[in-house]
Amino acid sequence: MREFLAQYGSDIATLTFEHLWLTGTAMLIAAAIGIPVGVLLTRYGRWARPVIGLANVVQTIPSLAMFGFLLPVPWLGERAARIAIVALTGYALLPILRNTYAGIRSVDPALVDVAQALGMTNLQRLWKVELPLAAGVILAGLRTATVTCVGIATIAAAVGAGGLGELIFRGVASVDNRLVLAGAIPAAALALAADGFLGLLEHVVRVRGRESA
Amino acid sequence: MAAAVEFRNVSLRSHDGRSLLEYVTLALEEGTTTALLGRSGSGKTTLLRMVNRMATPDTGVVLVDGVDTNSAEPIALRRSIGYVIQETGLFPHFTVARNIGIVRELGGKRTGLKDLHTLLAMTGLDPEKFAERYPHQLSGGQRQRVGLARALAGDPRILLMDEPFGALDPLTRAEMQDMLRRLLRRLKKTVLLVTHDLNEAIYLASRIVLLEQGHIIADLPPREFLQSQNPSVLQYMQAFRRGAHEAGE
Repeated sequence: MREFLAQYGSDIATLTFEHLWLTGTAMLIAAAIGIPVGVLLTRYGRWARPVIGLANVVQTIPSLAMFGFLLPVPWLGERAARIAIVALTGYALLPILRNTYAGIRSVDPALVDVAQALGMTNLQRLWKVELPLAAGVILAGLRTATVTCVGIATIAAAVGAGGLGELIFRGVASVDNRLVLAGAIPAAALALAADGFLGLLEHVVRVRGRESA
Repeated sequence: MAAAVEFRNVSLRSHDGRSLLEYVTLALEEGTTTALLGRSGSGKTTLLRMVNRMATPDTGVVLVDGVDTNSAEPIALRRSIGYVIQETGLFPHFTVARNIGIVRELGGKRTGLKDLHTLLAMTGLDPEKFAERYPHQLSGGQRQRVGLARALAGDPRILLMDEPFGALDPLTRAEMQDMLRRLLRRLKKTVLLVTHDLNEAIYLASRIVLLEQGHIIADLPPREFLQSQNPSVLQYMQAFRRGAHEAGE
């Protein structure tokens, strides 16, 4: 065991970091797209079904196939990390989009009405009322997306993007379960840590949001 | 002097073509309280919402202080008019202090501690005790007091109240009505009060307007309203007095 760690320890650390970087970048991009688009969909209701439907279709593409599809795309194909980030962003988009849309739609219409009647502008209503009250649901979406991403990022190693999947693939190829575990355990730990942290944040936000009006 | 609020030949149809209001003409004198009575769906709330342009008439005009609301900027108009509704109206994620301060916050102003204390005291709440609480930590009556304090925060000349005490038990409701009556005597606001409660209308208003299917059926001071022989008015009053009537026989 000690021997194994001495041999692969620095690999595990580097790849964990790489894994984090891939997932983190993808999550940031997905949130930067998903939250504003989710908000826009609540304002332009007839786009909601087609756009969320499209995100749903992306979600159903098997991840290995998705990485494969992106390989020949000009600028993306040059660097494996680019492919990985685009693919992960695609998978993260649906839960973020859907939860932002649903969260804002779930805000009590009476409160939205009062906000308007008190003279809030559309932007004030969004910032002061709708987003804070929807924050719990939006965070739940970010949480689902993060956990999904951490898992799918292991497949990114198949196109050479690195991450903990690399250890898993190497382990499978050399029939070495220790290597598989060396990739799988940190990946699972990352997923659990992200889930726990975002869960905590969600709880704080929900308590602050006082859902019982 | 121009009326504080004036409806001139106001009509509105719903999306499916039902008539909500038909040629309603009504002027509210500055500093008076007018109660709007009528069945659900008679157009009371719609009429009230036209004052701060939460609803816009298809034909006719609504004047506030002599100015056509259609030419007014809706955001500024709404901030200048107090608005109270049934207890759902407080923001659950704001403290009492922020709920009350929100109207001024929207205009980029802060509500000083002194103003906050005055507003809370005016509606009968102990500022020390309530300012930092959240709405879910209050009773129905306390919430309604905060709602009223919020409506008064911008020092509006007009107050719109849509069944403000509808969700309260009779005793709390009576307390609130007492408080509001005292307050209005002192502050001289122009109030439009939508209510289902005949007693509330008589107790608070100097004028009662009965609506039926978008028409004004009666427009009388309370005393005359009670003596009116208008069949719709009689029907409305009978519905209210059934219990007492039955027990008295």
